[in-house]
Amino acid sequence: MTIMDAQTIIAKRIARELRSGMLVNLGIGIPTLVANYVPSDIQVFFQSENGLIGTGRPPEEGMAHPTLTDAGGRPVTALPGASTFDSALSFGLIRGGHVDLTVLGGLQVDQGGLLANWMIPDKMVPGMGGAMDLVTGAKRVVVAMQHTAKGKPKILKECSLPLTSVRPIDLVVTEMAVIAFPDGRATLTETAPGVSVADVVKATDAELIVPRRVPEMVL
Amino acid sequence: MKTIPVSEAVAMIPDGADLMIGGFLGVGTPERIVNELVRQEKHNLCVIANDTAKPGVGIGKLISAKLVRKVIASHIGLNSETQQQMLAGELSVELVPQGTLAERIRAGGFGLGGVLTPTGVGTMAEDGRRKVDVDGKVFLLETPLRADFALVHAFLADYLGNLSYALTARNFNPLMAMAAVNVIAGAENIVPVGLIAPDHVVTPAPLVDYLVANV
Repeated sequence: MTIMDAQTIIAKRIARELRSGMLVNLGIGIPTLVANYVPSDIQVFFQSENGLIGTGRPPEEGMAHPTLTDAGGRPVTALPGASTFDSALSFGLIRGGHVDLTVLGGLQVDQGGLLANWMIPDKMVPGMGGAMDLVTGAKRVVVAMQHTAKGKPKILKECSLPLTSVRPIDLVVTEMAVIAFPDGRATLTETAPGVSVADVVKATDAELIVPRRVPEMVL
Repeated sequence: MKTIPVSEAVAMIPDGADLMIGGFLGVGTPERIVNELVRQEKHNLCVIANDTAKPGVGIGKLISAKLVRKVIASHIGLNSETQQQMLAGELSVELVPQGTLAERIRAGGFGLGGVLTPTGVGTMAEDGRRKVDVDGKVFLLETPLRADFALVHAFLADYLGNLSYALTARNFNPLMAMAAVNVIAGAENIVPVGLIAPDHVVTPAPLVDYLVANV
């Protein structure tokens, strides 16, 4: 499976979590791709935490506006009905529980649903940006990440990297599986097409609760 | 409010000053004022901003010129020079969650003794913070931030100093315009009084001390 395939599987599966009317914040990387797979019969509002609701697709060549960017600094468009605001309001939306769903990348997720995604001590110290506020404040937190990194599991018994929040995430979606955290315990809820339960268990360090029947992801 | 050339505005800023600088990855940063800070070689600055942009862009220019001693920001990941100077011990960096940074600046400008936020509880961001229990829920007490100067960028400024902003260039600018002793504003367009409708003024004129002339 190529990396591109993995990202597409993850983004398409997460797009199925979207519901009409939701206010949604997408992080940088795989999460951004989710916007490409919004079902045509629903309308969602995408927030960029630099101060925009109604973030649209990247502009066509030559149509970029220097003061219309997403939270990664890339040019975007604003859809009809968009609104702009300052950073305090933007994070009031996030921390105040007005954002229905956030999709973020992850470095590690532990079996209780705790996420580490903002630094690797002595190696990568970019700053947490909005991640800590998003995980702490959004109504629902979905992590989009590849199941393993260089063959090593990223879903662990315990995170070794610094945590982003003590609030557990709701769902992690990888190219192999969907894992939820009901009652604070990692539970395998779906496998990707062509992936067996045994494959997932083997690629996962966390103790996984495996229900008797695990359906295949619908993409 | 006084309208002055950018060189005079920056000449007022001493070496070692605490500066709040608007912008998000360079969008909404008063670029001409930053350029002048570099030209006048203001040293030893403490910069409070969302991020340090990229090398060659906005606050990144101050970093590249090694004019900054301390940064309080939420993100430095897109500027490798900030990270290099930090790791070399030349630059001190205080990383603050973005929403916490916005609220600390807001608290500074709104006369509050701080804010209580759940963000960062149980993480490295709680280091040195007081924890406060409110009805059984734990929050971090985040203290207010103020600065000697706020350098803000507007889309429109009128002759009195009323400001309005464009799209995602608003970000931290209106918060910072409340939180500094001296507020210096640059604007893409300076227009007659009345052209910005009262409902569209985001930063009211009395907050702005100096407007940089567009010459």
